[in-house]
Amino acid sequence: MVLRLNVNGTVRETAAAADTPLLYVLRNDFALTGTKFGCGAGECGACTVLVDGRPLRACRTPVGELTNARILTIEGLGSAAHPHPLQAAALAEQAAQCGWCTGGMLVAAKALLDRNPKATESEVRTALADHLCRCGSHNRIVRAVLRAGRAPRRT
Amino acid sequence: MRASISRRAVLAGAGGLVVGFMLTPAIAAEPEPTAAPVAADDIAADQTGSPPHDAWLRIGPDGRATLFTGKVELGHGLLTALAQIAAEELDLPVDHVTVISGDTERVPNEGATTGSRSIETTGAALRQAGATLRALLVDRAAERLDVPADRLTVRDGVVTAPDGRSLAYAALAADAAPRSTAPRRADAPAVRPKPAAERRIVGTAVPRRDLPAKVTGAARFVQDIAPDGLLYGRVVRPPRYGAVLDTVDADAVKDLPRIVVLVRDGSFLGVLAEREEQAVQARAALRRATTWSGGTTLPAPDRLWEHLRTAPAQTHVIDQRGDDVASAPAGAVALTASYRKPYVAHAAIAPPAAVAVFDDGFLTVWTASQDVFALREALGAALHMPASDIRCIHAETGGSFGQDGADDAALDAALLARAVPGRPVRLQWERDETFAWSPFGPAMMVDLAGQVGRDGRIATWSHTVWSNTHAMRPGEADEPNLLAAWQLDGTAEAAPPRTAPATAGGGAERNAVPPYDLPRRRIVEHRVLDMPLRVSALRSLGAFANVFAGESFMDELARAAGADPLAFRLAHLSDVHARAVLEAAARRAGWPGRRGGNRPGLGIGFARYRDDGAHVAAVAEVAVDRRSGAVRVARVVIAVDAGTIVNPDGAAAQIEGGVIQATSWTLREAVRFDATGITSRSFADYPILTMPEVPSVDVVLIDRPEAPSRGVGEAALGPTAAAIANAVAAATGARIRELPLTPARVLGALAASPSQSTPEKRRRG
Repeated sequence: MVLRLNVNGTVRETAAAADTPLLYVLRNDFALTGTKFGCGAGECGACTVLVDGRPLRACRTPVGELTNARILTIEGLGSAAHPHPLQAAALAEQAAQCGWCTGGMLVAAKALLDRNPKATESEVRTALADHLCRCGSHNRIVRAVLRAGRAPRRT
Repeated sequence: MRASISRRAVLAGAGGLVVGFMLTPAIAAEPEPTAAPVAADDIAADQTGSPPHDAWLRIGPDGRATLFTGKVELGHGLLTALAQIAAEELDLPVDHVTVISGDTERVPNEGATTGSRSIETTGAALRQAGATLRALLVDRAAERLDVPADRLTVRDGVVTAPDGRSLAYAALAADAAPRSTAPRRADAPAVRPKPAAERRIVGTAVPRRDLPAKVTGAARFVQDIAPDGLLYGRVVRPPRYGAVLDTVDADAVKDLPRIVVLVRDGSFLGVLAEREEQAVQARAALRRATTWSGGTTLPAPDRLWEHLRTAPAQTHVIDQRGDDVASAPAGAVALTASYRKPYVAHAAIAPPAAVAVFDDGFLTVWTASQDVFALREALGAALHMPASDIRCIHAETGGSFGQDGADDAALDAALLARAVPGRPVRLQWERDETFAWSPFGPAMMVDLAGQVGRDGRIATWSHTVWSNTHAMRPGEADEPNLLAAWQLDGTAEAAPPRTAPATAGGGAERNAVPPYDLPRRRIVEHRVLDMPLRVSALRSLGAFANVFAGESFMDELARAAGADPLAFRLAHLSDVHARAVLEAAARRAGWPGRRGGNRPGLGIGFARYRDDGAHVAAVAEVAVDRRSGAVRVARVVIAVDAGTIVNPDGAAAQIEGGVIQATSWTLREAVRFDATGITSRSFADYPILTMPEVPSVDVVLIDRPEAPSRGVGEAALGPTAAAIANAVAAATGARIRELPLTPARVLGALAASPSQSTPEKRRRG
């Protein structure tokens, strides 16, 4: 059986079983490796994607539940040539070291700013409270989100 | 350290000019790097007999440069900084420098990327190499243009004469005669790197070259490498250290779809599948379908400190000055105190992983190892094959803070790949095994004793540290020192080596010697040989605990002397750079000084990392909730003198990261275990600092562009821990000497009477 998923605006097909976590389908079937495994238990946030605009942990979400959903990954946010304001802000703040948590953080931040474009520092920190970073880029990430919140938004 | 470069080493290779440079171990160990001029015949083969051309900087026929380095990117921005140094000396735009890194077939062996040493050693050598290569290019231009070399200028890879004629590097490099080894200026004065005043790229905040891919999801980490025909691997670990695999019920996975192969060798058990989720399912099924026996017993956690104090140890006197530290002048106040630091996990967010493929008996491994050459040797030993039949290629991982499971994963992947020749295998650890089986930073105990005389000066100082070695990387121990190697058939013990190798050093002594002017001091290391938990290098090694202890004790002595902690430190410091960072941090933080008394919740910590590295002073501001015992670190001001700053934003990022990681270790982190094994197996079991809890970090960089560069990656950890502990003591009057500073410990210290929270103190008559 083939499942159809709408990822980053494109409908893609996978032969994965319906109970397969989205994470493996994104990474291995669609070569969208910007979504990362960190814990497999929803504790770290590295695998966060947006499903119909809401942050979801791809390591815990079976693909069978997503056939009618719009999925957005970090690759769908923007590219190096055409970065989303959040990605441009992350570069401006040099807001990453190893870069493992970055994608999940940025898509979660997109969900926040879509809901609350003028999010305060405290709101940004709360929204990212369950995204772990081990390198200590936290404050730069917060600055990047605040910077993007002030930037002209892409529709 | 001196970069040894020979003009004779300047070769014209295929399609361009190359220059070799190298570091000899003896030279690299010199404490005061200088960019000394290099004589023409100054080629020295290193002690292992490697050929002299140990690293290569090349100008290609396109006029661009390529640096081939054994150092690797750990997410710390090293390759950007190295490109800046090369571009500076070559007078090239920084994006005209390509860096090839960490590939045993393509780059020289420069040792491990560790110890905050890369900018100090490779960076210094690269400056000299770049200057040498530029001089060669200018010589050629001088010949062709018939203008003296010293009248030519270079900008962006174009050499220009006073009359306006010019030659680009591309033209100068393109027609080099192959293997031409006789530079025209062999008798000319040695080449010197650029003076500080002429630098245009070093000292500027060049953006990290790896970040555009990292913020867009395009970066390819080792966990993302996917050659055609990839199989996905997982390993089934024993339930505890030393357990032996008795039985496997292979039927448990026979109904799972597309399981390719089970690999069993002794107590090593792995599985390969066509799809990753199937490998994950197979691992889970196999865990239920295996029986194990035996296993080593760990000390009870509440007996850990007694274990450290009584286990067999090698004792080294690290430093001894002056008379017997036990005697003291009349009227001196004597204090003793004992400090503890638990086992700490690397806890990188990415799991260890590697990709391996066997082709016609040749093994290729993509790995996040910090030392691909040492890994290659260890793999050869573990797999009983010549290292020359192995190629290790570095690929980044998500977080690299010492020896975690990166090297182990390479052997796991190789063992699985050996079962399916010709097919690439990607092996990844799950989170529980990452916590349970990676090495930890060792638990440490530090006893301090000191005396303050009536003159307010420290009369005697004694620092005694108990710790396992911090150096168990492949190549640092006798065995391959890779996890799976202990599990293979024919291995005596299915456990990490319980006894430390008999080598000197090991990292427990790092920063044990206090940075102060102390005429009478005795520093002793008990290198505990019994290693119940698997341990190895974690960012800053023993410096974290030694600085936490020593700098806490400085505050305790200052209090006994009735002195302000900052003034007390300055009174014992003649090192001007040490004084400068302390004064800079205190000024920025609003340190109130003697007259104001120490503001509640402000604490200070200082160290010169590794005794020869960056000077770092931190001031932490904390708030302690007396009802819950929770400590919140609101702000850390940190002043750093790292000599020449190659990239101020990159240096600041490393310092910020060090502060935040150290805050997490200090407030939160301790590996939990019981007699049968490690019980910290998830981020829920091992919480690290989260976004709302991180302090604001205010970095003050003191740039000294005439001084050699010092590494900054590890320098902030110890001073930050000490500053936080001292701030908690200032805020509450309660001194906590065991990390982490949990709410329970804070409440315990608050409940204790003042006399109990004061160190043992007696006045000598």
